[in-house]
Amino acid sequence: MSVLTDRINEIIKPENLVYAKSPLLNDDLMHYCPGCSHGVVHRLIAEVIEEMGIQEQTIGVSPVGCAVFAYNYIDIDWQEAAHGRAPAVATGIKRVMPEKYVFSYQGDGDLAAIGTAETFHAVNRGENIVMIFINNAIYGMTGGQMAPTTLVGQITSTTPHGRDVDLNGYPLRITELLAQLPGAAYVTRQSVQTPGAVRKTKKAIRKAFEIQAKKIGTAFVEVVSTCSSGWKLSPVDSNKWMEENMFPQYPLGDLKDTGRADAELYRIKAK
Amino acid sequence: MAKVRGAVVVDNDVCKGCNLCVVACPTQVLALNRNVNNKGYHYSYMENPENCNGCTNCSAVCPDSCITVYRVKAEA
Repeated sequence: MSVLTDRINEIIKPENLVYAKSPLLNDDLMHYCPGCSHGVVHRLIAEVIEEMGIQEQTIGVSPVGCAVFAYNYIDIDWQEAAHGRAPAVATGIKRVMPEKYVFSYQGDGDLAAIGTAETFHAVNRGENIVMIFINNAIYGMTGGQMAPTTLVGQITSTTPHGRDVDLNGYPLRITELLAQLPGAAYVTRQSVQTPGAVRKTKKAIRKAFEIQAKKIGTAFVEVVSTCSSGWKLSPVDSNKWMEENMFPQYPLGDLKDTGRADAELYRIKAK
Repeated sequence: MAKVRGAVVVDNDVCKGCNLCVVACPTQVLALNRNVNNKGYHYSYMENPENCNGCTNCSAVCPDSCITVYRVKAEA
C-alpha cells in the first residue's frame, strides 16, 4: 500500500497537473445543494472568461433565485437585478459600456416567468449580450413550486397531484420561442449531466461570448438542469429523471446560429 | 497491479458527497468515503487509485470544483 501511496505522490506534482479549479472561482463555499447544476455552469463561465482573458472586461448580471449569490463565487464585476429584470439591466450596462462583455444569468422562475417581457424584448432588440438560462422546471429557492417550465404531470409543492394542463397550462418552451425572434444570433440548449455534455456546454458558452464580441445579436444558452432538492431525488437519480423526462420536452442542440436578421427584410416598402 | 497514470485530489472540506463524480468515473476509481467531513457529507476519495488514468471526467461534472487532476505524460 505504501508503494501505491508513493506512486500516487509521484504523480501529484505541479508539472503533471491536467485540471485545477479556475483562479476566477474564489474559495467561498457555494451555498448550492449537493449535485446542483448551478455549480457546474458557474465553473464553465469562469473557465470561458479565464480562457478568453476577459476578466477585467466582463460584467455579469445575477438574478433572483438560487443563483442570486453568483456574485460571491466568480471574481468579475457583477450587478444584481430585480426579479426577472436581468436582461433590462444588462441592456443598460451594454449600451453605456459597449466595449464590455455583459451576460445575464437567470433561472426559469426569473427568466421564463416574471421576466418574460424583459427577456423577449431584449432578444427582439438584438441586444449584444449573452443570456444564460438555467432551466430546472421548478422554483428551487422558494421550496419547489411549479414554474412555467414544469412538465405536465410533474409533482411540485403547488401541484401535488402533478401539473394539470386544464388548470396550469403547458410547459413553456421559451428557447424555441426566442429562436424565432430576428434579434437572436445564437440560440442553443445544452445540459451538464455527463462529462461530454459539460464539454459541449462549455463550447456553447464560449461561442456565445465570441458572438458578443462580433456584435451580431443576442446569444442565448439554455442549460437543462436538475434540482435534486426540489425534485426530491438524489443527484444521480435527478440526472436520470432529467434524461428520461426533460430531454423529450426540451431537446438538446442548436436552434439558431445565423446572427441577427437583415433589417432590409423588415423594412417598409413604400415611403 | 496496473500502471498508475493519473491521480485525483479531492478537497474534502468542499466536497458535498453528491456522488456525480463516482458515477462519471469510467474506471471506477472514486467512491464515497465512510467518514464524513466538517459539514457531515461523505466526501469522495480514490478507492481504486491504480485504475486512474487522469481523464478529468470527475472534475468536469463536479458542481463544487473540488477535484484537481494530475496525469503522468508519455510514460510506458
